[in-house]
Order: sequence, then C-alpha cells, then structure tokens
Amino acid sequence: MSSASGFHRRLLALTRKEVRQLLRDKSNLFVGLLLPLALILLFGYGLSFDVKDAPVAIVLEDRSPAAQEAVAGIGGSPYLVPVAAANMDEAVRLIRAHKVEAIVRVPVDFSQRRAAGDARIQLIVNGADSTTASAIEGYVNGGIQTASRHIMDRSGSGSGGGITLVQRTWFNEAGVSTWYLVPGLLVLVMTLIGAFLTSLLIAREWERGTLESLFVTPVRPLELVLSKLAPYVVIGAIDMVMCLLAARFLFEVPIRGSLIVIIFASLLYLIVALLLGLFISGTTRNQFAASQMALLASFMPAMMLSGFVFDLRNVPLVIQIVSQLLPATHFMELVKSLFLAGTIWPMVLKNCAILAAYGVLLAFVTGRTLRKRLD
Amino acid sequence: MPMADLIAWLAQTFALVRKEILALVKDPANRTILFAPALMQALLFGYGATYDLTHVPYAVVDQSQGAASTELLARLDGTGVFRRETTLASNAQIGDLIDSGKVLLAISIPSDFEHRLTVGDTAPIQIILDGRNSSTAGAAAGQIGAIVADYGRSLGGSPPITVERRAWYNPNLESRWTLMPAMIAALSFLQTLLLSALSVAREREQGTFDQLLVTPLNPMQILIGKAIPSILVGLIQSTIILLIIRFWFQIPMNGSYWLLYLGLVTFTAAGVGIGMSISALSLTMQQAMLYTFLLVMPLMLLSGMLTPVRNMPQILQLLTYVNPLRFGIDMVRRIYLEGAVFADVALDFIPMLAVAAITLPLAAWLFRNRLA
Repeated sequence: MSSASGFHRRLLALTRKEVRQLLRDKSNLFVGLLLPLALILLFGYGLSFDVKDAPVAIVLEDRSPAAQEAVAGIGGSPYLVPVAAANMDEAVRLIRAHKVEAIVRVPVDFSQRRAAGDARIQLIVNGADSTTASAIEGYVNGGIQTASRHIMDRSGSGSGGGITLVQRTWFNEAGVSTWYLVPGLLVLVMTLIGAFLTSLLIAREWERGTLESLFVTPVRPLELVLSKLAPYVVIGAIDMVMCLLAARFLFEVPIRGSLIVIIFASLLYLIVALLLGLFISGTTRNQFAASQMALLASFMPAMMLSGFVFDLRNVPLVIQIVSQLLPATHFMELVKSLFLAGTIWPMVLKNCAILAAYGVLLAFVTGRTLRKRLD
Repeated sequence: MPMADLIAWLAQTFALVRKEILALVKDPANRTILFAPALMQALLFGYGATYDLTHVPYAVVDQSQGAASTELLARLDGTGVFRRETTLASNAQIGDLIDSGKVLLAISIPSDFEHRLTVGDTAPIQIILDGRNSSTAGAAAGQIGAIVADYGRSLGGSPPITVERRAWYNPNLESRWTLMPAMIAALSFLQTLLLSALSVAREREQGTFDQLLVTPLNPMQILIGKAIPSILVGLIQSTIILLIIRFWFQIPMNGSYWLLYLGLVTFTAAGVGIGMSISALSLTMQQAMLYTFLLVMPLMLLSGMLTPVRNMPQILQLLTYVNPLRFGIDMVRRIYLEGAVFADVALDFIPMLAVAAITLPLAAWLFRNRLA
C-alpha cells in the first residue's frame, strides 16, 4: 500500500519537473506544435504526383494537315502544354535546358506512311525523372489515340470493335495522390515528434551527471520513463488532432473507418515513437550520438521504407523484412486503410497488437538502460 | 609583414581545423555514426525506394471462359509482374480480397466477351483496383491497358498511328535511376546539417565556446574551423553513396566527376552554412536539434526528391529557391544522368552560392553578437 502511494507520489513529482522543464525552454513546445502545422500545409499543397501543364516540344517535320491533326490532341490534354519547336536541334536544346519535359516528333514521311497504314510518331521523354516521364507517356499516347480514332471514324475505316477497359479504383476513385499522402502525414508527424522530443531527454541527464544523483533517491527506472513520457504524449495528442482536422476539413480526405479506432491507434503509435526516442537516448547516453541516431532512425525510414510512397509489394524480400521491423510500417498500413477503406478488423487488431508489443518491449528495454549502475 | 600575418592567420586556422577534425574522428562511436549510415541507407533505399511494379497479385472473375480471355490472361501472366492469386466464381468475392490487401486488383471478364469480339462489338473488361496507393494503382492500370491494347491490335483492330517511345538518360525508365542520384545530395545533407548545427551549440552548452572567443582567433577563423570538418564529412558521405550507386547498382555516370564535385562542394557549403547559423543561434544542443528538425522536413519535401517541383503550386515553387537541396539534387541528377556540362547547370550554382554567401558570414557574426 505504501509502495503504491510512493510510486504515485514520485511519478507525480517527476512529471511535474519534466513539465516545468518543457515549459521553461519554449523551443521544445514551439517546434512540437509548429512543425506539424508546417508539415500539414506542405503535404496538402506541396506534394503531388499529379502532373499538370507539363511542357512538351512538338516538332512537325511533316507539316501536312493530317500530321497537325494527329498532335492536336496533345494541346487538348489538361496535363500537357505543347511548345512548338522549329526542328529537332531546337527541341533537343529545350529538353536539355529542362524547358520541356518531352519531345513529340512527327517524321517527314508521316503522311506517306499513313497512307500505307503504318504511321509512326516518335516520343522522347526525359528519363531523369522517371515518374513524370511515365505519366507524360500515358498522356501523349492518350491524346494521339484520341486523334487517331477521330481520323478513323471520319474516314469510316474504323472497325468499331476492340476491347475497352472499364477501370474502377476503389478507395480513391479519382486517383488523387493527396488522398494517400495525407494519411501518411499522421505517421510522419508522430514519428518525428517522438524522435526529436524525447531523444535527448535521458542523454542530457547522463551528460550533465544529474541521472547519477537520481540513483541515491528512491526513484525507480519505470517511474523515470513514465514521467518523461507523459508531457510529450500531450503535445503529440494535440498534433494528432491538428492532423486529423486538416485531413478532414482542409484536404477533404474521407475518413471511412472508425474515428475512435484512428485516435486509439495514433495514441498507441505515439507512445511507441516517444519510447523509441527515449530508448535511443538511454542507450547512447550522449546528446550528439542521440540526435544523429534519432534523425537516422525516424525520418528517412518512415518516409522511404514504411510504404508511405513506395509500395512495399515492389521491394525485394530483405527490404520487406526490414520494413516489417519498423513500427511505422504497421501504423502506415493502419491509417491508410482506416482513412480510405474503412475499419477492417483483422488488420486493425493485428497491427495494433504489433504496436502494443513494441510499446511494452521498448518500455522494458528503456527501463533497463536506466538501472542504477555506475560505470 | 602582411605576408607574415597571413601565414600566422592560416596557421591558426589550420590548427583549429585540425583539432576539430581530430575531436570528431577520434571517437569510434562518432566514426560509426557518421559513415556507416550513409552506406546502409544507400543500399536499403536503393532496393526499397522504387515505383516500378515487380509484383502485382490479382484475382480473376472469368465468366467468359473462352479462348480470347484465356489468351489475354496468359499474356498478363507472361509479364512476370502480374501474378494470378486466385480465380473467383463471382464479382461478390472481390471485396474481401482487396480489403485485406491480398490482391491489388481484380479483373472481371463478362460472359458475353467472346461473343462481342467475334461480332465486332465493343467488348468491355472491368478492372477494380485498390486505390490506397494511387501511384501503384495508376501504374498497374496503365500496364494492363497497354497489354490489352496490344492484344487488341493482334486481333486486327490496329490503330492508324503508332507512338514509339524513347527515354533519354534512363532507357528503361527505372525509378531507381531517378532516385539514387538524388540520394548523393539528400542523404549527406541530413547528417551534415545536424553535425554543423550541433558544433557550436555543443560548445555553448558545455561552456567552452566562451573560451574559444577569448583566444586570438577571430570569428571568421572559428567559422572556418567549424565548417571545414562538416563539409569534409558531407563530401565523404556523398562519395560513399556515389560509389554504391556507380559500382553496386551500376547506374552509368555520364558527366564529369570534376564538375560533380565542384557542385557537391558548393551544395555542402550551403548546407553547412544553414547548420552553422542554427548553431550560432542555439544555446543548447536540444535547441539546435529542434531547429534542425524543423527545417529539415520542409527542405526535404520541397526538394523535388519524391515529387517533382513542377507539380507544386507557384508560391511553394518560389520558396524552393532558398532550398539548396532542391538545386543540389537537380545538379547531381543532371550531371550524373544527363551528362550536363557547366553551362547546363550554371543556374543551379547561383542559389546555392547565395545561400552559402549569406549564412556563413551570418553565423560568424552571430558568434559574437549572440552571447546570452
């Protein structure tokens, strides 16, 4: 009985100290609340895979009406802007200077070959940006096929048959990239907050020697971990609410799953992320190493290996194993489904269980780094 | 006499640079944390960061069961990318499979498919895609579209115009070729920024910076002493990544190494300039780290590494002009992949030089003028 009340009393005292420290140096609080805001705006407005108004050089070596009609579809595309180039030399200069992203070349013998039923148009894309290049290829193809169908229909030579593809995209009907990037924002913000808010807390105390003075007090490792966690969970929770509000009202991403499950999962992941920061702090015992580790362990893996933009289905097995080891990957799968698809219980339970296991494990190992031992 | 002054000045500066480098690399933990991650990340992201489809599991509802649908599906399976996970009896079973992520897409071929084709009607096929990752969904739909169109052509419904595509600088349009050169700049940027941001802040926190200020060294010398080790670390990291890209992933380098390194020195100096300014403003390592994190995310997201700068709204595109990472990535990609010469990338140098020319002297000025 007395030990339980001692636990509460010590926890409360330690937490009060951490809160004071947090409030005294305002930079922590400032960055903790400002960074998510900046990220929300950048994510919603800055990141987009959707190509628009891409300049494409048009080289008409055959100036016949048929040739002009064939490329007219490019001007009609909302994604492309045609730029007339006098000849190939000029077009090559434009693509090298990045004034255009691609070249569409109608060769001299276009009309002649068309009469023979084998008309060809050359498309040169700048592969240095492979995503944009693939998108442009799709749009140019689309524009030219539309034009060629018109020509066919008019000449009456069209067979009318053929296979058509009726495409339906579930969960993101319009295929807007914002819809899948914004839920990922929640993951990145929680990861960052966790890593940078807590990763120096224990290391700083080791460097300054204040942790050793705590050894002579009745404070236990678990109490230290919990007291360092508590104030930052509050900051993280505020950030989470900001992200959710922005996703729903600013970017109008649908929340098809249960909001309560999203909040619960986010808090669970937040605690894991904060504990990871504390763990880094406790093992390195040195602010320099702790901050470098936090940077390396949080931001890039969460962005590159969690399935945020790069689909994990496409990566080799070894990389899949590495990404499955990251807590961020499991939270990413959760939020993407909870936002766009709905509450799919088996997936929710599996991933929440994994996150909870990580939480328990990290709390345990972080506590161990704080055992009262001098070396 | 001025000559002797200059020699003394250089000797003092050199002594400080030497001390800073030793302090950095004498600690084995530092050596590991500064050089091992570049190697690991280059390998991990080289394999992991790809937009190219390699494995698309799909389900089929083939109500036609005819020769045409069998042939079409065989062509799909023949790509090696599309893997038929299961054959379903009805469309109603598709939902669960897509929800759980077991398949990325489902193809539904109606029972009158064969009949419509033979009488010359339009024969529709339905595909249902999991849009949770819209890039993957779009790419998969594009590939199926191409396969179906190809098959349609083989049936005789050939379109009158063929588009022949050639991709310069990256013949197979592999996304690794686009992303990895960007890593030469991006990965080293993160760590060097933090390294330089911590450099002065650490001495401030430990109280040794005041001692440095009362030595005969002037702020410019302190700046050089602190900046050069960070720049060197950045260049070594870039070199590690460059070697992996060139020799492990075997992406051909088309430009001049001299020009590439000239660009990397400029780029790293700009990054270190930002870091030093943060450092001069921070009183503790905690603050230096927070401000670095605050800057690093926006700088990364607005660099064109993941999504092209061209797709951003105008106002954000303007903001990217103060982002050395944007121009660093552009410069490396152009030199590495496009074989750009100096005239092609000269415009990339201007913003980077401007950032370095403002932030480095600013940091030196702040050493004396922020004494709190």
